[in-house]
Amino acid sequence: MTHADPRCVLTGTHFINGDAACCEGALAAGARFAAGYPITPSTEVVERFASRAPTVGGIFIQMEDELAASIALQGMVWAGQKSFTVTSGPGYSLMMEHIGLAAMTETPCVFVNVQRGGPSTGLPTLPAQGDMMQARFGSHGDYSTISLVPSTPQECFDLTVTAFNLAEQFRVPVMFMMDECVGHMTEKVVIPEASEIELYPRRRASKPPGEFLLFEPGPDLVPEMAHAGEGYNVYVTGLTHDNRGYPLMNPKMQRELITRQFEKISRAADQLTIVESEGVEGADVVIVAYGITARVSRRAIQMARDKGLKVGLLRLICVWPFPEKLIRELAPKVKALVMPELNMGQVVIELERCAGGKCKVISVPHPGGTVHKPADILEAIERGAQ
Amino acid sequence: MSTTPELAILNPVEEVLRKDRIPTIWCPGCGIGTTVNSFAYALMGTGIDLKKTAIVSGIGCSGRVSGYMALDSFHTTHGRAIPFATGLKLANPELNVIVYSGDGDLTSIGGNHLVHAARRNMDLLVVCVNNMIYAMTGGQAAATTPGNSMSTTTPYGSFEPEICLPQLVDACGAVFVARWTAFHVKQLERTMAKALKKKGFRFIEVVTPCPTLYQRRNNMGDGLAAMMDYKNSQQDQERRPHLRSGHGARRRYHRR
Ligand SMILES: Cc1ncc(C[n+]2csc(CCOP(=O)(O)OP(=O)(O)O)c2C)c(N)n1
Ligand code: SF4
Ligand SMILES: [Mg+2]
Repeated sequence: MTHADPRCVLTGTHFINGDAACCEGALAAGARFAAGYPITPSTEVVERFASRAPTVGGIFIQMEDELAASIALQGMVWAGQKSFTVTSGPGYSLMMEHIGLAAMTETPCVFVNVQRGGPSTGLPTLPAQGDMMQARFGSHGDYSTISLVPSTPQECFDLTVTAFNLAEQFRVPVMFMMDECVGHMTEKVVIPEASEIELYPRRRASKPPGEFLLFEPGPDLVPEMAHAGEGYNVYVTGLTHDNRGYPLMNPKMQRELITRQFEKISRAADQLTIVESEGVEGADVVIVAYGITARVSRRAIQMARDKGLKVGLLRLICVWPFPEKLIRELAPKVKALVMPELNMGQVVIELERCAGGKCKVISVPHPGGTVHKPADILEAIERGAQ
Repeated sequence: MSTTPELAILNPVEEVLRKDRIPTIWCPGCGIGTTVNSFAYALMGTGIDLKKTAIVSGIGCSGRVSGYMALDSFHTTHGRAIPFATGLKLANPELNVIVYSGDGDLTSIGGNHLVHAARRNMDLLVVCVNNMIYAMTGGQAAATTPGNSMSTTTPYGSFEPEICLPQLVDACGAVFVARWTAFHVKQLERTMAKALKKKGFRFIEVVTPCPTLYQRRNNMGDGLAAMMDYKNSQQDQERRPHLRSGHGARRRYHRR
């Protein structure tokens, strides 16, 4: 691990919104380059980045569309930089092809999605969590990536740094799944000293040109990286490829490559089980929630506790990969798992699968536009406790 | 005891090719390899630092060019080579970045990126292999397919006119625009060499035959016949410089 560059870190106590905090997190994580295209409610991130980046030797480029932004950032990464893009709803849909490209070419980068109501143009200025399955499965073909969900502006800073670190460690595109509420919510954000911010450095080629193979897996199945201009004559393709990066399109190579790309994530399941739990021990009902919905759930939990119910909260910070082992262990110990989401029931499908019938699983769907009423979550808790 | 002298057959441009990737996927008579030959000579002749040179392609028969060059090679997605190259160049301005791809890729699906890269004068050299067809997918009409052409998706002849690339890119503000054909290998090499040494957004269209999917379906003969066509149409241009669309542009731009 290395430490953040003090020139890029705005150390201090700030009163800023989640979008601004995300931008500061990216800068602290060492991203000095970004490509984007304006879209509410995410634009504040790149607006801030556009003014901050040149002061630290970086560049923001506003591309002609999200297809361009989502691949320009990958050019930046293969030139040796850390980079990211920021979007919402319709723009996220346009980026799907290039999320697949990043997964296939193992390009470390971060895609920030400040979720708004959909489908289509939907609710440009209002919150939702409707892109959670898209974050997991949106691009064609089979791939495995990481999705983090912040629930406060402070976490928009902290977890953006984590997102970049995980991208470098696993060489995957990391999805940073904010929502309109968290993005536009202004709160206290404490940015630590640069020396307290640990960064996962780029896994640079440890062998000289001629000996180095661009996609040769390391012990943890993650390959090292050489960039353009370093004398390696890298060959990077979205086609199924061998360890040199050369196209090799047959079932054997496909199996080897795709299995490895899945396994580099699944092997790290313990590290990637990132949750916050409160009052889960001995609870009859556990709310499983993420992002802004976890904050709303706290009110419902308080109301339920006032009624004498034993309720806990399991807040998912890393939603993908799903904390399967944790849920398998938890399900037999409770009467019910309750999952409120600002969508019609997406992550709950995975929750139900992992609960394996060992307890009730109650979905509290919501089409978005606003957040849940605590009373609706309370009602589900009471049903679960019966 | 006699020893047999070892005969080494050297391809004069092999220094800039990935030898372990040869033979290429291209058909006999295809014009893509011809353009690569001119490009290879241009690369070697200009003496630019090949270690600092990256080539980016989209998808298509022409999109395979990046993978045959002994440079940093990027084979990206269909239509998006230019924005990838934009990111590469911005994040490491020391790199010479070349985009080498097909007409369908660069001007149909990727047309918006072509327009904007020219407008913002991105420091890129874009080589567009215009075989007037989507070849890789089996010969469907593209934005560059001349009106009345037969293709698999225009079985009654295409009724849309083709786009004129040099005029388009010029209008968008490119600093260097040229058009040659696969017949004009020396002129193409010289133009490529000149463009490699220039800064800003540079665009070279190379009209090439796709005998397998365009020439044959349109009763235009084989690769050789295409060469004769290119040669003769050039003479035609000298006499009639003001033909509409692509033809007028050819005369105007290859002089630059
Ligand atoms: C998003 C997307 N759409 C469609 C395709 C299918 N496709 C692959 S190559 C190609 C056409 C390429 O035509 P051109 O750029 O002219 O190259 P050529 O093969 O003629 O050299 C198409 C449509 C694709 N790969 N990706
Ligand atoms: S299909 Fe056409 S463009 Fe493709 S390799 Fe064959 S001749 Fe060349
Ligand atoms: Mg073509």
